Amino acid sequence: MSTVTDLVQWGLRGAPLPRRRALALRLGAVLAFLGLWSLASGLVVLLGLFNPIFLAGPWRVLGKVAALAVNGQLWGHVAATLERVAVGFATGAVLALGLGLPAGHFRLVRNLLEPIVEILRPVPPLAMLPLFIVWVGIGETSKIAFITYATFFPMFLTTVHAVQHVDPLLLRAATSLGARRARLFFRVVLPAALPEILTGIRLGVALSFFVIVISEFIGAEEGLGYLINDGRNFFLVEQMLGAAIVLGFLGYGGNGLVVLLERRWLRWERPPTS
Amino acid sequence: MIRAAALAGALTVWALVAYGGRALGLVNPVLMPTPGEVVEVAGTLARDGSLAQHLAVSSLRIAEGFGLAAAAALGLGLLVAVYTPARLMLEPVIEFVRPIPPLAFLPMFLVWFGLGETSKVAFIAYTTFFPMFIGIAAGLGRVDVMMLRAASSLGASRRELLRRVALPAALPSIVVALRLGFGLAIFVIVGAEFMGADAGLGNLIMEGRVFFNPAQIVMGALLLGLLGSLVNGLLQAAERRVLRWRALG
Amino acid sequence: MTMAGPGGAGGARVQIEGVHKAFGLDGRSTPALIDVSLEVQAGELLCLLGPSGCGKSTLLNIVAGFIPPTRGRVRVDGAPIAGPGPERGVVFQEYALFPWLTVAQNVEFGPRLMGVPAARRREVVARYLDMVGLSEHATKFPVQLSGGMKQRVAIARALANNPSIVLMDEPFGALDAQTREVMQEELSRIQRVEHKTIVFVTHSIREAVYLADRIVVMTSSPGRVKDVFTIKLPEARDRFAAEFTRYESEITRVVKEEVAKVRE
Repeated sequence: MSTVTDLVQWGLRGAPLPRRRALALRLGAVLAFLGLWSLASGLVVLLGLFNPIFLAGPWRVLGKVAALAVNGQLWGHVAATLERVAVGFATGAVLALGLGLPAGHFRLVRNLLEPIVEILRPVPPLAMLPLFIVWVGIGETSKIAFITYATFFPMFLTTVHAVQHVDPLLLRAATSLGARRARLFFRVVLPAALPEILTGIRLGVALSFFVIVISEFIGAEEGLGYLINDGRNFFLVEQMLGAAIVLGFLGYGGNGLVVLLERRWLRWERPPTS
Repeated sequence: MIRAAALAGALTVWALVAYGGRALGLVNPVLMPTPGEVVEVAGTLARDGSLAQHLAVSSLRIAEGFGLAAAAALGLGLLVAVYTPARLMLEPVIEFVRPIPPLAFLPMFLVWFGLGETSKVAFIAYTTFFPMFIGIAAGLGRVDVMMLRAASSLGASRRELLRRVALPAALPSIVVALRLGFGLAIFVIVGAEFMGADAGLGNLIMEGRVFFNPAQIVMGALLLGLLGSLVNGLLQAAERRVLRWRALG
Repeated sequence: MTMAGPGGAGGARVQIEGVHKAFGLDGRSTPALIDVSLEVQAGELLCLLGPSGCGKSTLLNIVAGFIPPTRGRVRVDGAPIAGPGPERGVVFQEYALFPWLTVAQNVEFGPRLMGVPAARRREVVARYLDMVGLSEHATKFPVQLSGGMKQRVAIARALANNPSIVLMDEPFGALDAQTREVMQEELSRIQRVEHKTIVFVTHSIREAVYLADRIVVMTSSPGRVKDVFTIKLPEARDRFAAEFTRYESEITRVVKEEVAKVRE
C-alpha cells in the first residue's frame, strides 16, 4: 500500500519496481489467472453447480481451438469473418476518406453532409442492423454493408475534424512559400492531418471487429461469430470461448497492422532515439 | 441552433426521398419508411403503453449494468492506483481480455445467466467495466505529484491525500471515462436485446425485422438515439457544474 | 512528521547532517548530492544557490520530506524527519494550487485539515490574503489568476498553516522579470513582519543577495557545499547600493567557476 512518502515521491502510479520483480508479478498474474480459471471450472464440475460444461477450463478451450485448427474447420470460419471485415472496413474507409477529405476542406460539402450525419450519429449502428437485413436480406451483402455503415461515421468524423483543424500556422507558412490549392492540399494539409486520420482508421478497424460478431449471430453459416452462437445451442462453451479468443487475436492483429502503417508513414513524429 | 437546423435539414431530405421515391415508384414502400409512418408506429405503441414499458426496461438494464460497472471501476481504479502490485497483476489479464469484442461474450452470458434480466445487466456491466476502469486508473495515475506534495506539506494524511486531492484532481478524467462507458452501454444494449429478450428497445427493433415493419425498426433506432443524446446531454450538464472551475478564466 | 522539541545547538532549527543522495534503479546509480551538512538558524532566510543540476532542489525536497536521503539525515527542532509534515511548509515553482478550490479554500486547506473551526479559519484566511494583497480575489479560482497572483496565494496558503519552516523552491522562477522583482520585495516585507525560518532555492544571484541572510553556494553535479556567504546588509535592501553590487560580484565569480565546470 502506498504510504504518504510513496505518494509524494511517485504519485499514484507507485514506485517503479525493479524489472525482475515486475516481470515476476506479471508472470504470476497470468499463471494465477489461468489457475483460477481452471479452478473455477473444476469446482463447477465438483460441486455440480450447473451443468459442468457451463464453464470450460483453459485447457479444454485450447484443445478445442487446436482441434478445429487441425481438422481445417477453423480456417474456414476465420476466413469468412476476415473477408467480411476486410471488405466492409475497406469500403467504409474509402467512403469515409472520399467524403471526409473534401468535407473537411470545403465548407460547402460539409454543410451538405452535416444534416444527415447529425441525425444518424447518436443512433447506435447496431440498431440499424435489422434494417439492413430487411433491405438486403440475410446474406453476405447485408453484413458487409452493415460494417461499412458502422465504421463509416467515426472514420468520416475524425477525417473531417483532422482536415479542418490543421494548424493554420502551417497553412500560412506554406502559402507564403508559394503553395496553392491542389499542391497545398496534398503536400501540406494531408500530411498534417494524417496522424489523426490514422487514429480514426484504427478506431474503424476495432469497430469492425466489434460489430461483425453480432451480425454473424443472425443468419450466418460461417464465421467466428457463427461459431460462438452455434455453441449456444449445444452448450459447447469451449467452442464459444475459443472462437471469442481467436477473434480477440484477429482484432489485435488488425490493430497491429494499422500501427505498423502509422510507424512507416508517421516516422517524422518520432524523434530519433539516441 | 446549428444542430436544430441540421436536424430539420435531415428530416427534409428523408421526407423527400421517402415520399418522393414512393411517388415516383422508385422505392419499394416496404423498404423505406416515411417519417409519417415512423411517427404512426410510435403513436400506436405509445397509446397502449408498451412504448413506455420498452423504454423503461431498456433504461433500467442500462442503469443497473452501468451503475455496477462504474462502482467497480472506481473502486478497483483506486485500489490499483495505491497498490502497485495490484496494477501489475491486473495489467496482463486486462490486455488479454480487452481485444476480444464484448459482444463475442454475449452468447456466453446468455448461457450462464439465462434469458432473463440478469444476463443483460451482467453483460452491460462487463462491457462497460473495462474501458471505464482503464480510463479511471489512467486518470488517477496522471494526478500531479506536486499537488500531493503540496497537500502533504500542509499536513494531509494518506487518506486525506486520496480523498481531498487525488479524487478531485482526477475527476475530469473520471467523468470522461464514465461518459464513454455510458455511450458504450447505449451502443451495446441493442445487441444484447436482439437475442433472447422479450422486452426493450432492442427487442422492439428486432420485432420490426421479423414482422417486416421497417418503420418500427427506424422508430426504435431513433428513440434509442434520442435516449442516448438526452442522457449524454444531462451528463455533460452535470459535468459542467461539477467542474465549474475549469470553464472560468 | 516530527515532534516539536528544543532546537539544536545555537538556535538552529534545521540540521542537515551528512546527506547523500543517489538516484538509480536496476543497478545504475547517479549521485546528486554528496556529503551535505548545513544548519539553518531560527528566523533566517537561507538561500541555496548554484548552477542547474547542482542538486539544490533535491536538497530542498529531502528537507521537505518528499524524497528520502540515501545516507545521512535531517533534523528539524532536534527530531529527525520521516516524510512531509505541516511544520515544514513548501512553496513550489509551479504554484501547485488546487484548481478545484477557490483562493480562500486553497489558503484554508491546511487549517481545515487540522480541524480549526470555521470562524477561526475565516480570520486566518482574511489575515493572510490581506498580507499578500489578494483580499478581493478570495472567491476566484486559480485558473482566473495571473502567475504572480497564483504564487501569492501559494505563499499565503503555506503561511496560513503556521509552519516552523518555509521551504521555497525557485518560487519566482516562472514569473516575468518585473513581477519577479515585485514578489521579492513582497517576500522581504513579509519576512520583516513574520521572521519565519526560510530555505530558499534559486539560481539568480541578484535574487539571493536581495533576500538572503546567508547564501550557500553549491558545486555543480554532484552537489556539495562550495561556499557560504553571510550577507551583512540592512533588512530593506537597495539593489543599486555599492555594498549590494560588491556581494553580487563576489558571488558571481564563485558561481561562474562552477558553471564553467558544467560546460566542460
